[in-house]
Amino acid sequence: MRSVCFYFQVHQPYRLKTYRFFDIGKDHYYFDDFQNRSLARRIADKCYLPANQIMLDLIKKYDGKFKISYSISGCALDQFEQYVPEVIESFKRLAETGCVEFLAETYAHSLSALKSKKEFVKQVKYQSEKIYELFGQKPTTFRNTELIYSDEIGKMVADMGYKTMLTEGAKHILGWKSPNYMYCNAINPKLKLLLKNFRLSDDIAFRFSQSSWSEFPLTSEKFTHWLNSIDPEEEVVNLFLDYETFGEHQWEETGIFEFLKALPEQIFNYSDYTFNTPKELAESLQPVGTINVPYPISWADEERDLTAWLGNDLQDEAFHKIYEIEEKIKQIDDFEIWKEWRYLQTSDHFYYMCTKWFSDGDVHKYFNPYGSPYEAFINYMNVLSDFMIRIEEKIEHVRSGETDRKENAKLKLHKKVEKNSLKKTNTKTKEISFTDVNALSNAKIKQLLKSVDIEDLAYALVNVKKEIKNQILKNLGKRAMVKYEAIVLESDNFKKADIIKRKKAFLKECKKHL
Amino acid sequence: MKVLMFGWEFPPHITGGLGTACFGLTKGLMHNDVEVLFVVPKAYGDENQEAVKLINASDIEIDIRSHFYKDYWNKLQYIEVDSNIVPYTTPEEYFNIMETYERTGEVKGESIFFRKFNFSGKYGTKLIEEVERYALIARKIASSYEFDVIHAHDWLTYFAGVEAKKVSGKPLVVHMHATEFDRSGENINQMVYDRERAGMEAADRVISVSNLTRDIVINRYGINENKVLTVHNAVEPMQKKPVREKKFFKEKVVTFLGRVTFQKGPEYFIEAAYKILQRDRNVRFVMAGSGDMLNKMIKRVAELNIATKFHFTGFLQGSDVDKMFALSDVYVMPSVSEPFGISPLEAMRSNVPVVISKQSGVAEILKHALKVDFWDIDALANSIYGLLHYNAISKMFKTYGRQEVDNLKWDNAALKVKKVYQSVI
Repeated sequence: MRSVCFYFQVHQPYRLKTYRFFDIGKDHYYFDDFQNRSLARRIADKCYLPANQIMLDLIKKYDGKFKISYSISGCALDQFEQYVPEVIESFKRLAETGCVEFLAETYAHSLSALKSKKEFVKQVKYQSEKIYELFGQKPTTFRNTELIYSDEIGKMVADMGYKTMLTEGAKHILGWKSPNYMYCNAINPKLKLLLKNFRLSDDIAFRFSQSSWSEFPLTSEKFTHWLNSIDPEEEVVNLFLDYETFGEHQWEETGIFEFLKALPEQIFNYSDYTFNTPKELAESLQPVGTINVPYPISWADEERDLTAWLGNDLQDEAFHKIYEIEEKIKQIDDFEIWKEWRYLQTSDHFYYMCTKWFSDGDVHKYFNPYGSPYEAFINYMNVLSDFMIRIEEKIEHVRSGETDRKENAKLKLHKKVEKNSLKKTNTKTKEISFTDVNALSNAKIKQLLKSVDIEDLAYALVNVKKEIKNQILKNLGKRAMVKYEAIVLESDNFKKADIIKRKKAFLKECKKHL
Repeated sequence: MKVLMFGWEFPPHITGGLGTACFGLTKGLMHNDVEVLFVVPKAYGDENQEAVKLINASDIEIDIRSHFYKDYWNKLQYIEVDSNIVPYTTPEEYFNIMETYERTGEVKGESIFFRKFNFSGKYGTKLIEEVERYALIARKIASSYEFDVIHAHDWLTYFAGVEAKKVSGKPLVVHMHATEFDRSGENINQMVYDRERAGMEAADRVISVSNLTRDIVINRYGINENKVLTVHNAVEPMQKKPVREKKFFKEKVVTFLGRVTFQKGPEYFIEAAYKILQRDRNVRFVMAGSGDMLNKMIKRVAELNIATKFHFTGFLQGSDVDKMFALSDVYVMPSVSEPFGISPLEAMRSNVPVVISKQSGVAEILKHALKVDFWDIDALANSIYGLLHYNAISKMFKTYGRQEVDNLKWDNAALKVKKVYQSVI
C-alpha cells in the first residue's frame, strides 16, 4: 500500500495601505481594508468556496477514503471571519467529515522561527488554539511558513511536542535520496519529516496550464500513470500545494477543477495508492533515515532557500527592525499591540521587497501590490516608524503606571494595618461566596477590580455562574477586557490547584469591599 | 554596411545631450561593424573654409581627438558643414539670437549651445532658411559618396535626410530624440511639427528614444506604428571617478538639476519640498538651472516660507554639475514629459539615488530608481523622505545603481539600430 498525501497551504496577509511619511504619528491604522476585503471576497469566490465544495463532495463520494490536510494561517482565518465568514463555515463542514487534518503553523505566517524562539513558540500556540476553537482539532503535525525548515527549527518544533513536520524535498539536501519516504530530524529523531515531491507537486501548481510544457495538457490519467511509475517500494508521495492553485493561480478555465474532481477516481481505480493525512502517516510509517539541513530551506523558487524574503539590504533592515522591538512588546503586554505586531511580521511584507525578480521570476511580480520592492520597503518602514513611536509611548505609560502601583501598594499596606487592628476587635470571619458578590454595587466592583490582577480574575471566574460573571465583567475596562479574553482562551490549560487558590484570594479581596 | 549620418557635434566639442547620444551611437555602430559617414553642422566663422570639409583619419590630431578614440577613426569619415543650426532651437529663439547679434554684436542667452558660435553674418538669419541650405549641401554629399542607408537625428536634419534619400534612392531612418510636444507642451510651433511629420512620413523607419516618444509619434503625428521602433539611449562608461566635495552644513541635500521650464516640472519639486520640510527640518533643497519659470518658482518658495531651506543656484555647467552631484543625497527629476532623460543616469553614476517621474523615457529601463507620477506630490515627497531616512534603500541604490547604468551600453543600443538598418536595406 502506498499513499498520496495532499496538503494545502491557505494564507492571506493583512496588506498594508499606502502609508505616507506625513501619516507617521497621526494615523495609527495600517491595513488596507478595501484591498483585503475585496481580495478575500475574490479568492473566496474563485478558489476557497468552490474548491472546498469539491473536496467535500469527493470525501462523501468515496466514503471517507479521500483525505486531505490544510494549514490555514491565523491572519487568513482572521480575515475570513471578518470578511467572508462562509469560508470558515465551509472549512468547518470539511472538519466534521473526519477526513481532514488541520496543521499547526505560526499565527502570522511569519519568519519568527529564524529570529526569536519565544515569539515562534507563542505564535504556534496561539495558532493551534485558534484551530481548536474553530475546527475542534488539536494539531499534531507542524508546517512552518513556506515550508521553511532547518535542523534547528525541527528541534524547536519537536520540543513543542509536535510529532511530524512537513518540508520541501529540496534536491540539494536530498541528493540521491527519494522524497517518497518518511524521514526524521537530525537533532531529535522523534520528529518525523514528510518531504514534498516537488516535481509532481509543481506539475500541478505551476505547469498545469503552461502550454509550452512538453507534457501539456495534464490529465488525471497521465498523473496517475506517473504515480504508478514510481518504484513500488516507495511509501508516500507528498503533494504540497498552495490552495490558491485551484481557481486563483490556475483559473477555472484551465480545467483545474475538473482535474481535481477526476484525480481521486483515477487513483482509486487504476493504482494501489490510498489517500492519507500526515497524522495517519506518522502512525503507520517509520523513518528510513535522517535528513541534514544545517541551513534553512523553503519551497520557494529554483533555489529553495530564503532569498525571496531575506538577504537584500531592504529585507534585512526591515526584518531586523520589526524584531528589535520584541522586548518592548512583551513589557507592554497589550493585546491590540501584540496583534498588530504579529500582522506586521507576516512574511509577505518581506516578499514584496524581493529584488530577485529584476532578473527572473515574474511569479513574484504577480503577487506584489507594489510597483517596486523599493516602494514596498518605504511603505513598510513608514508604518513601522509609526508603530515604534506608539511602542515608545506605551512603554512610558507602563513605566509611569508601575510607579503609581508601587505607591498604591504602600497606601494599601497602611490601610491593611488599620483594618487588621479593626478585625481583631470585630472578629467577623464568615466565609463568603460568589453569590455575595451580587450584592456589591458597580462602583464597589470597579474599586475591587482595580486591586485584582486580570490573570487572577480569569482563574477566579472559571465555572462561575453567568449572571455573576457578567455583573463583574461589565465593570472591566475595554483594554482589560481584551486581555481577559486572551487569557480565557487558554482556560483549558489552567491548573485546578491554581483555580482554587486564586478563587479564594479573589473572594478574600471581595470581602474587603462588602 | 555604411551609413550616411546627419548628426550633431563630435568630441571634443560636445556640449549637449544630443551630441553625446550621436557620439555614443556612432561608436557603438562601429563596434558592430557599421561604417559611418558622419556629417555635422559646424560654424567657426572661418570665411575661407569650404562649405563642406571632409576630415580623414590621417587629419585627426591625436591630442585633440584623444588616442582613446583612435580605433574608431578608421571606420569613420567625418564631414563638417558650415552651418549655424544647433539642436533644440526653436525658430523664434534662433531669430532673436541672430537679431540681437546683428544689432549689438553680442551673443545672448544662457544655453550652452550658443557659446561655441562665431556669428559671421554669412548664413541665413532665419532658421528655416538655414535648414534648407543645409539640405542643399546634403544633396551634394549624397551624390558624391557611397553608402547603404541614411540616418538623420532630430527635425533640423530631417530635411537633409529626405533630400539625400531623393538623390541616392537609399532608405532613410530618422531618429526622434524629442518631439515638438516635449519642447513646447501643447503650444506647438506648427511649422516645426509639419517638418517633423514630413520627415517621419518620408522615412522608411523611425527610431524613438523611448516607448513614451513612440506613443507620441504614433498618436500625435499619425505615423504608421509598424515603422516606429524604440531604441533606448545608453551612456558612455564613466572615465572619471565621482568627485568628492566637502559639505559645510549638516543637512542632507535634495537636488533638482535641469532647465526650469514647464516640461521639467519644477513646481512639483517645490511642493514636495514643502511637505517634507513641515516634518523634517534637517534637509536642504536645491534647484539648479534656469529657465522661463525660474522667477515664478522663487516667488513660490518665498510664499511657502521655506527659502532658508530651499536654494537656487542658477545655471550650472561642467565641474559645477559634478560638484552638485557630489553634494547631493537625492536627485529628483519630476519631468512632466521627458523623451528620455539622461541626467538621472549621470546622478546614479555619481552614486546619488534618484526619484524620477513615470512620464520619462528613462523610467522604462531603470530598475534601481523610485518612480512616481509627476503630479503625485504625496508619492514624490514620500519617496524622497524614504531615501533620506531609511538607509537600506540608498545603500541598495548605491550598490546597484551605478552597476545598472554602466550596463546600459551603446554597443547594445547600436546593435538594435543596426537591425533597423538591415530591415530596410
